[in-house]
Amino acid sequence: MELSSTLASFTPDLFMHNFAEAEPGLTHKGAIEESNRCLYCYDAPCITACPTGINIPSFIKRIATDNLKGAAYTIMDANPVGASCARVCPTEELCEGACVLNESSKPIDIGRLQRYATDWAIEKDASLFEAGIPNEKKVAVIGGGPAGLAAARELAREGFSVVIYESKPLAGGLDTHGIVSFRLPQSISLWEVEQVRKLGVDIRTHMKVGTDITAEQLLTEYDAVVLAAGMGYVPPIKIEGEQLQGVYDAIQLVEQTKTGQPHVNLIGKKVAVIGAGNTAIDGATCSVRLGASNVKMVYRRTREEMTAYDFEYEFAKQEGVEFNWLTLPKRIIGDATGKVTHLECVQMKLTGELGKDGRLVPMPVEGSEFLMPVDAVVTAIGQERRTDLIEHFGLEHTWGVVKIDTTTHRTSNPKVYAAGDIIFGSGQGEAMVVSAAQQGKLAAYAISQHLLAQEDHSLRSIV
Amino acid sequence: MADLSIDLAGIRSPNPFWLASAPPTNTGYQVQRAFEAGWGGAVWKTLGDPIINTSARFAAINFNGQRVAGFNNIELISDRPLDVNLKEIYETKKRFPNHAVIASLMVEPTQYKWHEIVKRVEDVGVDGLELNFGCPHGMAERGMGAASGQQPDLVQAQTTWAKEVATTPVIVKLTPNITDITVVARHAVKGGADAISLINTINSLAGVDIHSWNTIPHVGGKGAHGGYCGPAVKPIALNMLAECARDMNVGVPISGIGGISTWQDVVEFMLMGATGIQVCTAAMHHGFRIVEEMIDGLNNYLDDKGLSSVTELIGQSVSRYSNWGDLDLNYQVVARINEENCINCNKCHIACEDTSHQCIDMLTNAEGKSILQVREEDCVGCNLCSIVCPVDGAIDMIEIQNGMAPMSWNDRQKMIGSLNDSYTGAEVIG
Repeated sequence: MELSSTLASFTPDLFMHNFAEAEPGLTHKGAIEESNRCLYCYDAPCITACPTGINIPSFIKRIATDNLKGAAYTIMDANPVGASCARVCPTEELCEGACVLNESSKPIDIGRLQRYATDWAIEKDASLFEAGIPNEKKVAVIGGGPAGLAAARELAREGFSVVIYESKPLAGGLDTHGIVSFRLPQSISLWEVEQVRKLGVDIRTHMKVGTDITAEQLLTEYDAVVLAAGMGYVPPIKIEGEQLQGVYDAIQLVEQTKTGQPHVNLIGKKVAVIGAGNTAIDGATCSVRLGASNVKMVYRRTREEMTAYDFEYEFAKQEGVEFNWLTLPKRIIGDATGKVTHLECVQMKLTGELGKDGRLVPMPVEGSEFLMPVDAVVTAIGQERRTDLIEHFGLEHTWGVVKIDTTTHRTSNPKVYAAGDIIFGSGQGEAMVVSAAQQGKLAAYAISQHLLAQEDHSLRSIV
Repeated sequence: MADLSIDLAGIRSPNPFWLASAPPTNTGYQVQRAFEAGWGGAVWKTLGDPIINTSARFAAINFNGQRVAGFNNIELISDRPLDVNLKEIYETKKRFPNHAVIASLMVEPTQYKWHEIVKRVEDVGVDGLELNFGCPHGMAERGMGAASGQQPDLVQAQTTWAKEVATTPVIVKLTPNITDITVVARHAVKGGADAISLINTINSLAGVDIHSWNTIPHVGGKGAHGGYCGPAVKPIALNMLAECARDMNVGVPISGIGGISTWQDVVEFMLMGATGIQVCTAAMHHGFRIVEEMIDGLNNYLDDKGLSSVTELIGQSVSRYSNWGDLDLNYQVVARINEENCINCNKCHIACEDTSHQCIDMLTNAEGKSILQVREEDCVGCNLCSIVCPVDGAIDMIEIQNGMAPMSWNDRQKMIGSLNDSYTGAEVIG
C-alpha cells in the first residue's frame, strides 16, 4: 500500500485509505489452490498447535469442496473469535508453524484460508449457532473481549442466560479497540460480537463493574460470574516530561483510530515509540499511517529480547519504522508552550547476565546520553492491571494477575471464574487473542459442568 | 540425439506424435499450424456426410482444483463439406510432404459408400486411412461409429470394403465401449486392417449441475451421453492396448490413443506395444506447442537410456503383461518408512488402519519424536501407504526374500489337480 504522509492535510479519504485492511484476502482461485494443497493429515499437528483446537484439515477440506458454511462453522465452533484470529494470530508460531509441509515445501496458508471462510460468513451474515434450551441458570460475564465473548457464547449454547457487562460503548475488547484497523478492521470484531448477541446474550455496554453495578450485586443475582475484564491502558513510564503535550499512550492512540479519524495530528511529525511489544509496533505503524514523517522505536534491549512477533516486526520495517535498540529513554523535554521537542536517551549494553525472566540484563553506558529530536512520544511499555476490580471481588491475585485453578479457571471465590488477559502474567497464561478465547471456553465448560451437575444431583434427590 | 521417426504399417512420420481425429484437426489451417509446432502427423477430423453439431459440446472433469483431469465431448464428425476438407488435405500434404496425413472416415455401412469415400480421399494424396468405428455418440444412433464398431462382423465387413479399393494403409480405430476389445481387433485384422488404433472415447456423462440440475454439458436443458477422454482414461487405454498387443491373433501395428499428455505417457504406450501415438485432449488444453515439451522429454529420455531410435521402445513391456493366474503368489514386498523423509502427516497410518491391514503404528521414539512404523509381519504389501504418502522417499516397498519358490495360482491349481489325481488314483487302487 502506498502511504501518503507528505500531504499537509489529512483528509477523511486518506485516513480511510491508510487504515483500510492492508493484507488482501484470498481470491476464490487462490483459496481453491491453497486448500487443495492441504494434505488433510490424520491427527494433524496444526490442530494441536491451535490453542482453540480448530479442526483445521476439516475446515480446509470444506473450502476445497465449496462448503464455505461448513468451513466457517468448523472455525467458529472451536473459536468464537475465529474471524479476528484469522488476522491477528501469530500463525507461524501456531498452526502454520506446525504444518508438516514446512520442510518439504511450504506450510499451508491457514490464516488466510480461515479468513476466506469467515469472510464468507460475514458477507452472507450466516447464522452458524443456536442458543441451547434454557436451563434457568444465570451467568454474568465481566468484559466483552475475546475471553468474555467466548465464555458467553459457549454458555448461551448450553442454555444459560448470560449478561455481558462491558465498560466501553462497544464490545469486542482488544479486537474492537486495540488492534490497528489495517490489520483488523473493527467490523470483523463487531460481527463476532453480533454472533454472540444473536444467541440471546444480553450485552450491556457502558457498564463499569464496581461503579455502575457492584460485585456483591452480581454475586447475588447470578449463579456464576466470569471475570474477563482484560487489562487497562499503558501505565506511566515514570520519567520526567510524561505530562507534556505530544505524549500518547499507544493503546489510546490506536483506539482513537478505530472509530474514525482521530484528533491527534501526527502529519509530518517525528515520533518516538517507547517499547517493543506488539502494542508498540501497533503504535509505531499507526503513527506512520497517521502521517508521521519519521517513526523510531526506542527499546532498551535488542531485537533478540523484543516480545513483538516476527511478522509484526517485519511489518513495521516494511512500513519504514526505524529501530533504536539498546536505547533507554531518560526524560521527555518540552518547549515553553509545553510541547514535546526531544527525548533524552542513554545508550545501553547487555551485561551478559541473565535476568529473572531469562533475558539478558541491559545496563546504561556511562556518558552516552543524547537528545533525540521528536514532536511526539508514544508509550507502549505494557498494560495496567485491573487490581481494583480484582480486589473489589476479593479475589486472590499476584500483582494484579488473578489466581485460578488452571483446569477449571475458578478463582479463589468458587462462584467466580476468570479468563483472558486478567489471568495473563507472572508466568501464567498467554497474551494471545486465541488463548483468551480458549480460556473463555474452558471457564464456560467448567461452569456448565459444575452448575448442571448440581442440577442433576438435585433432580436425582427429588426422584 | 535419437531418431524419432516411425513407420506405422507403411505410414512414415518424422516422430511418433500424431494429432488424433478430433477438433484440433478440423481444418487445413489447424493441421498446418500443428505441423509447424512439431507434430509428426495428423488424423484429419472424420470425413463423411457433413452433419450438424450442437452448441455446447464439451465438458471437463476437474480434480482437486486441477482442470481437465478428464474431458467429455458430444461433437460429431466434420461439419464441413467434403470438397473443402479434401482441398485442404491436398494443400497440407503439398506443404508438408514428409508429415503423415491420415484421413479418418465414417460412412454408412455399405460397400458402395466405403468404396466411394476411400477413392475420393486417396485422390488427394493422403498417407493412410483410419476407419472410425469408435465415435460413441450421435453417429452411433445412425448406425455408424461405435454402433458398427460394437459388431465384430460389421467391423470386418467394412474393413474389407475399404481394403477392396484402398491403396494406402488402413488403420481401424476401435471403440472401448465393448466387453473384449480383442474380439473386434481380431475381426478388423480378418478384414485386412494394416493397423489398429485405440481407444476412441468412452461413453460418459461429464456431470450433473447440482444447482440447476441440468446435465453437464446441456443443450438447452437436455443432455446426451458423450465420449470421455483425457488423462483420466489413460489406464483404461493402456490396458486395452496391452491386451491387443499381446494377442497373437491381432498382430498388426497399433496407434495408441487415450489420455496421453506427457512424454512419459508416450514412453509407456510405446513400451506397451504402440508403434506411434495420437493426442487430442492435451492439445485442446494447452495448444499445439505442448508437443515441444513431449518431443524434448522423449529425446532426453532416449539419450539417457542410450537408445538410438524411439522404435526400440515398441512393445518392450508387453511380455511382462500377463494374466493374474500367472502372478507369483510367493513374491513378497512390505512397506518400510524412512523416518528422515517422513513428515508425519499420518496419512499412511489412517489409510492402513481404516482401509487395509492395520499394520502401521503411530509411536513415540526414545527422543520423544512421533514416528510411524510398519509391523512388517502383518504387512501384505498392498502399496496403499506408499500411494497416499505425499512425499518422495518416505515409504519404500521392499522386496523380501522369503525363500519360497515362485508359485502362481495356475501352478498351484495344477499341483492340487495332480494331487487330487493321485488321490483318486489311490482310491481307485484301494
